[in-house]
Amino acid sequence: MNILQMFSYPFMQRALIAGVLVSLCAALLGVSLVLKRYSMIGDGLSHVSFGALAIAVALGVTPLWFSIPVVILAAFLLLRVADNPRWNSDAAIAVMSASSLAVGILVISLTTGMTTDVDNYMFGSVLAMTKTDVVLAVVLCAAVLVLFILFYHKLFAITFDENFSRATGLKVSRYNTLLAILTALTIVLGMRMMGAMLISSLVIFPALTAMRLFRSFRGVVVCAAVTSVLCFCMGLTISFAFSTPVGATVVAANLTLFLLSCLFRLLRR
Amino acid sequence: MSANELIVCENVSLGYEGQSVLTGLDLTIRAGDYLCIVGDNGSGKSTLLRGLLGLIAPQSGTIRRAPELEKGAVGYLPQQTKAQKDFPATVFEVVLSGCLNRKGMRFFYTSAQKSEALMNMGKLGILELKGQSYRDLSGGQQQRVLLARALCAASRLLILDEPITGLDPAAAQDLYKTLAYLNKTEGMAVVMVTHDLKAALRSARTVLHIGRRGTFLGTPAEYLASPQGKRFQDELTSGPSSTENNSSANQRSVCGGKGGAREHVQLSPQAEAKQSRLCDDAGRRFQEEQP
Repeated sequence: MNILQMFSYPFMQRALIAGVLVSLCAALLGVSLVLKRYSMIGDGLSHVSFGALAIAVALGVTPLWFSIPVVILAAFLLLRVADNPRWNSDAAIAVMSASSLAVGILVISLTTGMTTDVDNYMFGSVLAMTKTDVVLAVVLCAAVLVLFILFYHKLFAITFDENFSRATGLKVSRYNTLLAILTALTIVLGMRMMGAMLISSLVIFPALTAMRLFRSFRGVVVCAAVTSVLCFCMGLTISFAFSTPVGATVVAANLTLFLLSCLFRLLRR
Repeated sequence: MSANELIVCENVSLGYEGQSVLTGLDLTIRAGDYLCIVGDNGSGKSTLLRGLLGLIAPQSGTIRRAPELEKGAVGYLPQQTKAQKDFPATVFEVVLSGCLNRKGMRFFYTSAQKSEALMNMGKLGILELKGQSYRDLSGGQQQRVLLARALCAASRLLILDEPITGLDPAAAQDLYKTLAYLNKTEGMAVVMVTHDLKAALRSARTVLHIGRRGTFLGTPAEYLASPQGKRFQDELTSGPSSTENNSSANQRSVCGGKGGAREHVQLSPQAEAKQSRLCDDAGRRFQEEQP
C-alpha cells in the first residue's frame, strides 16, 4: 500500500515527528491535568493560542515566538483563577476562551479577511508544521520527558493530594506553574496541526481512556502515552488515505478508543 | 523549646487578609499528647490547623515548631477531596508518597523507604490491599491508607482534619481505636479537628474549644463543665449508649448551674481545676468509657 509512500513527502515526515512528540507530551501532562480537575485549562489555553496566532499573523511576526509568551502568561492567569476559591473558575475560563476567540476573529477579519486561514487555525492543517516547529517539538518533548521522569513521584503526590504535599514541605505552586508552562507550550505547538478547537482533546482523551483501563497511577501514565501516540499515528494515516482533516481524524481515533475502554470496563464488572 | 515540645503557640492570632478568625491563643503540643479541637463551623478550626502545619503565618504572636516539623515531618491527614474518590493509584503508591518529605534531592525511593511503607501498611492492617486501587476501597479503608501515608511522613505528630467524615459508625470506631493505639503504644501525639464530640471526649486527653464565645482548653471533664461544653451534656447523656442517665441527671444540673454564668473565656488553670472538681463525677463517667 501507500503507507511507505505516505512518508516520502517531507510535510508528512514533519507532521509525523512533531505530532507523535506533541501527543506524547500532551498525554503525560494530561494525566495530571485531568486528575487535578484542570481539564478546562487546556481548553482555555487553546482558545487563547488562537487569538495570539491571529494577532501574530496580523502583525507579521513569527507565530510561535508571539504565541508562546502570550499563552504561558494565560496559563499563569488561569492557574491563579482555578486555585482561588473566591473565583468562579469555570465561568472565568469560559469568559477568557470566548474573548480570545472573538479577538482572534476580529483581527483576522480586519486584516486578511476570513479566508481559509481561519479554517486552518480552527481545525488544523497537516501542512502547517514547519522545520522550526519540528525542532521545537523535539526540544519540548525532551524537556517534558526528563521533568516527568525526574519529578514523577512529586507530581504524583501533588496530583493526588495538594494539601498533604504542601504540609510535608513540597513547593506545590512551583510544580503547578511548571505544569502550566509545559501545557501551554504543548498546546501552542500542537494547535497548528490539530486546530485550536481540537487540541485540548489530545490532553484529555488519552488520560480518560487510560483511567478506565488501569488501576495504578504508573499504569495510567504509560497507557495514556501509548494510547495518545497510537491514536495520532492512526489518525494521520487515515487522514492521508481518505483525505480527511488530520485534527478531526485524530480526535475520532481517540474517541473510538475511549468508547472501547468504556465498554471494556463495563464488561469487566 | 524543650525536646518533648512539638508545637508552641504563644498569644497567636490567625486569619486571612487582615481579618482575624482566632485571637490570643496559647497552646503547647507535646510528644504523646492527644488533643481534640472542637468548635462551631467557621470558628477557625481549619485555620488553626493550617497555622499548626505552618501553611499560614500568624498575624501576631509566635508559633514555634520542632525542627523536624519544619522539615516537613508532619503526619497530616487532610479532608478527602472530590478528585481523590476516583483516583487511579494503588494503595502502595499512595502510602509511599508519604516518604517524599525525606527524599531530599533524590528522585526515587530507596528500598528502606519502601520497607517502611510496607511496615506502616502492616501496622494498619492494609498490607493485603497493597496492589488494589485506592478508588475501589471503602471509606474506612481509604482513611487507613491515608493514615499509613501520614505515618510514613512522621514519627511523632499526627494532625487529622475531620477524619471520620463520610465513615460509617463501625469504621469510625475502628479509626479511633487505631489512633488510641498509636497514641498509647507508639507515643504518637494526635491533634484532631472533629465534630464527633462523643468520641472526642472519650479518647482525647485535652480538648480545645474555639468559638465566638471564647476559647477553652482543658481536659474533657473540665470541658463538659465549662460554659462552652455545658450545652453538650444533654446530647451526650441522652444517647442510647448511656446507662447512667439517672445518676448523672443530678450532677448535670449542678454543672449547668455553675456554667450558666456564661461569662467566660480563657479560664486560668486554677479556675478550671476548681470548676472541674465540682463536676468531677459527671466527667468521670466519660473517663471510664475511655478504651
